[in-house]
Amino acid sequence: MSRSYDRALTVFSPDGHLFQVEYALEAVRKGTCAVGVRGKDVVVLGVEKKSVLQLQDPRTVRKVAMLDDHVCLAFAGLTADGRVLIDKARIECQSHRLTVEDPVTVEYITRYIAGIQQKYTQSGGVRPFGISTLIVGFDPHDSKPRLYQTEPSGIYSAWKANAIGRSSKTVREFLEKNHKDELSREDTIKLTVKSLLEVVQTGAKNIEISVMESYGKVTSLALSEIEAIVADIEKEKEAEAERKRSRLAATAAGQAAMSQRATEPGPSS
Amino acid sequence: METSFALTGKGYVIIAADTTAARSIVKMKVDEDKIKALGPHLLMAYSGEPGDTVQFAEYVERNIRLYQIRNTYSLRPSAAASWVRRSLAESLRSRHPYSVNLLLGGYDTASYDPHLYWIDYLGTISEVPFAAHGYGSYFALSLLDRYHNPEATLEEGLETLKRCIDEVTKRLVVSPGKYKVKVVDKDGVREVEI
Repeated sequence: MSRSYDRALTVFSPDGHLFQVEYALEAVRKGTCAVGVRGKDVVVLGVEKKSVLQLQDPRTVRKVAMLDDHVCLAFAGLTADGRVLIDKARIECQSHRLTVEDPVTVEYITRYIAGIQQKYTQSGGVRPFGISTLIVGFDPHDSKPRLYQTEPSGIYSAWKANAIGRSSKTVREFLEKNHKDELSREDTIKLTVKSLLEVVQTGAKNIEISVMESYGKVTSLALSEIEAIVADIEKEKEAEAERKRSRLAATAAGQAAMSQRATEPGPSS
Repeated sequence: METSFALTGKGYVIIAADTTAARSIVKMKVDEDKIKALGPHLLMAYSGEPGDTVQFAEYVERNIRLYQIRNTYSLRPSAAASWVRRSLAESLRSRHPYSVNLLLGGYDTASYDPHLYWIDYLGTISEVPFAAHGYGSYFALSLLDRYHNPEATLEEGLETLKRCIDEVTKRLVVSPGKYKVKVVDKDGVREVEI
């Protein structure tokens, strides 16, 4: 009975849920964190890097992938699924150039990726992709940075700043509190690192930052640069804590003086 | 009729191709670019059945780019040439083969030397110091035998190329009017005027 093998795994539960898709989202939540932030004319991707083993080659573990000259993708979830999806997207980027002699727009490739992810929730004998993606880039002949997200269900959406993966809720809330429109390059990078530091305890060595500044101009920050930014943020935090402490001390001193005056015997008694 | 030349020199490859697009006895266009840059250090001149040529060249271009995006590094000239040859050999054995002849020149950034490959629509490949396709080859090859120098500077190389072009213009009944010349060396790909 070969027919019984190619049935869709993703079937509705009686109350309307697709459990396989929800399990895929769970795999995303277990994956390492990735953050995307859009600035005025820059867009930054930051990812949490797992520490590599002592004898492992760190260059072979990458979570940010170029899809084309002007589009970058970061993902959270099952790395092996990510590789497959990235390859499909890269082929589509070149195929699009071949057929219409134009590079893809960021929205087009996002929709294409989301389309694949959706297909895998509705076809026979396959399971959904266990990854969410953040896709950043610039459209051809345009200076506006773009940031999109896709999910295992096939949903895609545009964002000013967003996070996926482990503790993404914490990071998103941080971004909601701190994101401003029209951020400069430095501020965008700083906000990305700052938001990642909310969930990455080990600091600079477990953070990877990719900056896209205009069509096809992508740079990956060196460890020393990230370390400098982290040190900067730490110094700011330190100063903030110091201010708070001195303020607290001042109020405490004031209170102490007040209570002392209260206990002192008055001149009348 | 369609003609293309290529020659290597000290650290460079020069590729030249005529710029006429003809149909039967009529010239349709005189500024057609028949040399494609396939990568930062790779050039390909194509000639043959019109339509097939552009289709195949674009197919190669996109595949070489895809390889570069997948692997960070581009294919080296020898690898690219082998891939192109195989594509043509497979095409020859399909129902609708491409009829395209190629000259593929590149600068190998790993071993710091230029390479030139002569490839035809049958899937023949040979690495050569100089090469030509089309009617022009009957006149140019003997000149290149006489004047080619693998240690020549770019100026000397262009001088030799000019000899070939002049000879073809002088002797060939249906000689093309204009040529486009491109050079690939350690600095990448560029067009030069002759």
